[in-house]
Amino acid sequence: MKTKCTNYITLEFLSHSANEGFARGAVACFAAQLDPTLEELGDIKTAVSEAVTNAIVHAYPDRLGKIVIKARILEENVLELSVRDWGRGIADVEKARQPLFSTGGEERSGMGFTIMESFMDRLTVRSQEGKGTRVTMRRRIQPRRAVQ
Amino acid sequence: MEMKYKTENRQLTITLTGELDHHAAKDLMDSIDRCMEQNLPTKTLLDLGGLTFMDSSGIAVVLRAKRRMEALSGTLVVVNIPRQASRVLETAGLGRYVDLV
Repeated sequence: MKTKCTNYITLEFLSHSANEGFARGAVACFAAQLDPTLEELGDIKTAVSEAVTNAIVHAYPDRLGKIVIKARILEENVLELSVRDWGRGIADVEKARQPLFSTGGEERSGMGFTIMESFMDRLTVRSQEGKGTRVTMRRRIQPRRAVQ
Repeated sequence: MEMKYKTENRQLTITLTGELDHHAAKDLMDSIDRCMEQNLPTKTLLDLGGLTFMDSSGIAVVLRAKRRMEALSGTLVVVNIPRQASRVLETAGLGRYVDLV
């Protein structure tokens, strides 16, 4: 059954590391309409930062390429994010998702996927070598009741 | 991302302000390395109190600083960790390797 989308945005940008802050900030602004707590917003920003950094470091290690983020608001206060690149892809997704696995530089810890998994409710990774990767994440924002 | 430091009796205190992500991490690691090499501290306090955001790049920064201090036969303590950064460090289980206060 398809989940109804009530609002969405699409962001497209080049894989410059300077765009990491822009990406998480823009998604956080969009997610704010779900009235998240500061902690929920921090979790979303962290997950976006990890996914975008993976694309910058691993998908396009020796060139600049296109990254597209789609953020959708679904029924029941669910935020869905997909981060897509058209880079070199991941040969073994299961291995890449293991904690401390990294083929990045020394400024990477190999904890990106672990943090995305821990901070979001759901994470799926689809990748094809030479064609790119799509990371999709969902997080339900807890509805807050007004103080009486 | 801004880094400031002060030294007193071979104790180095490094204070970070701003957002610590992959974009900032490489330069920051180099700056911390240089700072330690110049001051040869026996103890370093890494003060994260001014961070408004940190992702897993911060884990790599902390581990690198820890290794540098071990090479100097010194210790590293990470202090004033904001809630968001703390969640990242806890998820990585970093408390098993580094003193987090």
